[in-house]
Amino acid sequence: MNTAENGIRAEVEKSVRAAEKLNPQLNAFLTIERDYALKRAAEIEKVSENLPLVGLPIAVKDNICTQFSQTSCGSRILGDYNPPYDATAVERLEKAGAIIVGKTNMDEFAMGSSNENSAFGAVRNPWDTERVPGGSSGGSAAAVAAGIVRVALGSETGGSVRQPASFCGIAGLKPTYGRISRFGLVAFGSSLDQIGIFGQTSRDIAPVLQTIAGRDSHDSTTADVPVPDYLSEIDSPIAGMRLGVPRELFGEGLDSEVREAVETAIENYRKLGAEIVDVQLPHAKYNIAVYYIIATAEASSNLARYDGVRYGFRAENAPELREMYRKTREEGFGAEVKRRIMLGTYVLSSGYYEAYYAKAQKVRTLLKQDFLNAFQICDAIITPTSPSTAFKIGEKSDDPLAMYLSDVYTASANLAGIPGISIPCGLSSENLPIGVQLLGTHWSENVLLRLANAYETEFPLSAKPIIYA
Amino acid sequence: MAITAEDIRKIAQLAHLEITDEEVAHYTPQMASIVEYVEQLNELNTELIEPATGGFTVEGETTNTRREDVPHQSLGQKAALAEAPDPAEGHFRVPKVL
Repeated sequence: MNTAENGIRAEVEKSVRAAEKLNPQLNAFLTIERDYALKRAAEIEKVSENLPLVGLPIAVKDNICTQFSQTSCGSRILGDYNPPYDATAVERLEKAGAIIVGKTNMDEFAMGSSNENSAFGAVRNPWDTERVPGGSSGGSAAAVAAGIVRVALGSETGGSVRQPASFCGIAGLKPTYGRISRFGLVAFGSSLDQIGIFGQTSRDIAPVLQTIAGRDSHDSTTADVPVPDYLSEIDSPIAGMRLGVPRELFGEGLDSEVREAVETAIENYRKLGAEIVDVQLPHAKYNIAVYYIIATAEASSNLARYDGVRYGFRAENAPELREMYRKTREEGFGAEVKRRIMLGTYVLSSGYYEAYYAKAQKVRTLLKQDFLNAFQICDAIITPTSPSTAFKIGEKSDDPLAMYLSDVYTASANLAGIPGISIPCGLSSENLPIGVQLLGTHWSENVLLRLANAYETEFPLSAKPIIYA
Repeated sequence: MAITAEDIRKIAQLAHLEITDEEVAHYTPQMASIVEYVEQLNELNTELIEPATGGFTVEGETTNTRREDVPHQSLGQKAALAEAPDPAEGHFRVPKVL
C-alpha cells in the first residue's frame, strides 16, 4: 500500500491520467480533481510523519460531501452543489494521507441497481461497455475495476456496494450499521445507509476501513465499539471456520452459471479447511418486499428537504411558494426518484401505514432474527451476491420490479444491520465476473476480510477487464 | 388493493410533485405491480412480533449518543447562504406564500 518509494506525486499523476484517459469510455467520474489531487500530493510528500494511507489515490462517490468539490448525488436537483463541510469519512481519509482524485458517478440519490438513473449519464462496465456496472455505486466500482484507483468509497442502502463489486469483478464491503460515520453522507434510508468500501482486493479495503471506522460525535448512529486491527488478522488461517449455506437462496431466479460458480466457491472454501454447514433463512424471500417499503418510506421523508429554498436547483416561473416546491421537485428529480418518493409517501399515508410500513417493520424483525439464529451455528453465511452477471444497458430500465430483484441477496444485510462483502469467484461464458457474498454477524468485518482474503489469495481472479489502466 | 390513477395524483400532491398526465399513465401500472408484490408480506402472521425500529445492534442502542457540550464555531451566515438559489439580505428568499 505504501507508494512513497515511487514518489507520491507520480502515483497520483498516474491515477489522474488514467481517469482522464478512460472516463470518456466509462463515465465513472463526475469530476476529476487533477489540480486538487496534485496539490495535496505535494503537501503529503512534505509530511515526515508516518501516515497509514500516505499518498493513496482514492475515488469518492458523489453523495459523500467534499468541501473542495461538488456533491451532486447524481441529481439535477443538487447539480454542482458545493457542500460547506467534509464528510467525516473524507476528513479521516485525508488526515491519514489519502488523496481524493475525483467524485464518482452514481444512480440519482443512490436509487438504482444499474447506474442508469444518473442525471449525468450511465456508467459503463469496464468488462463490457455495453453492460451496466451495477449500482448505485457504479462509478466507484468501475474506477477500481479499471485500475484507475485501488480503492474507492461507495454507499449502501440495499446492496449498492456489493452488487456493483460483483458485476465489476472486485471486492466490496458493506460494514455493520453504526461502524462508519455517515456525517456528510447524503441521506437516503437512514435506518439502512452505510458508507462502503471497494478494493481491488479485500487487503486494499482493510486499511481504509481501519481509518474511517469508529465512533463520531457528529453521527449519533455510530456505535462505541472497539475497531480491531484488520490487517494484523487478515492472514490468519481460516481452517475450522464454519460457513453457513442457506439452500433456499439457491433456487428459482438464480442464473445457472452464477449458481455453478458459487457452488465451486463453496467447495474451494472446503478445500481451505472451512466447515460447510446448512443454515435456514426462512424469511429471506420477503427481503425485497420489506426493503422497498422501508427504504422508500425513509427516502420520501429524507428527500422532502429538496425544495429549492436553501441549496441546489430552483425552478423558474413559479410565482407562488407551493408551486415553486412542486415545479422544482418535478424538474429536479428523475423518474426513479419520483417513483420511490411516491411509493414511500403511499406506504406512510393515512389508512395505509399499518398495512404496509408497520407490517414491513415487523417482518424486518423476523429477517434479523433469522440471521442471529444462523450465526449461532456458523461464522459467516455464503451466498451469491447477485442472481445474474452484469446485464445490458437498457435491459431492465423499463421494469422497476425486475431491477429491484437484482438486490435479492444483498438487501437483507442492510435490513439486519449486518456486514457483508462480495468478492469475485469466477467468470461467465461471456467473460463477465461473478461475485460471491459473505455475510457476518454484527461487527465481524474482521472475520469477513479474513475469509475474503484467504479466497483471493488461493483463488485469485487473474483476468483483467477490457478497459484497464 | 390496486393503485389507480387517482391514487397516483393524490400521492404526487402529498409529495409535492407536479406530475403530468403522461407520468400518471406511466407510473400507475408500475406502482400497482410493486404494491402487489410487497403485499406478499400479508402471508405472514406478525401479530406478536415487535417492529424493528432504529438501533439494530445492541452496542448501537447502548452507546451514549450525547456529545460534549462545548462551544464551537457554527457554520455562519455567509457559508449557510452560499448555495442558496435566491439569497437576499442575509435570508433565504422565496416566492410569495399567499
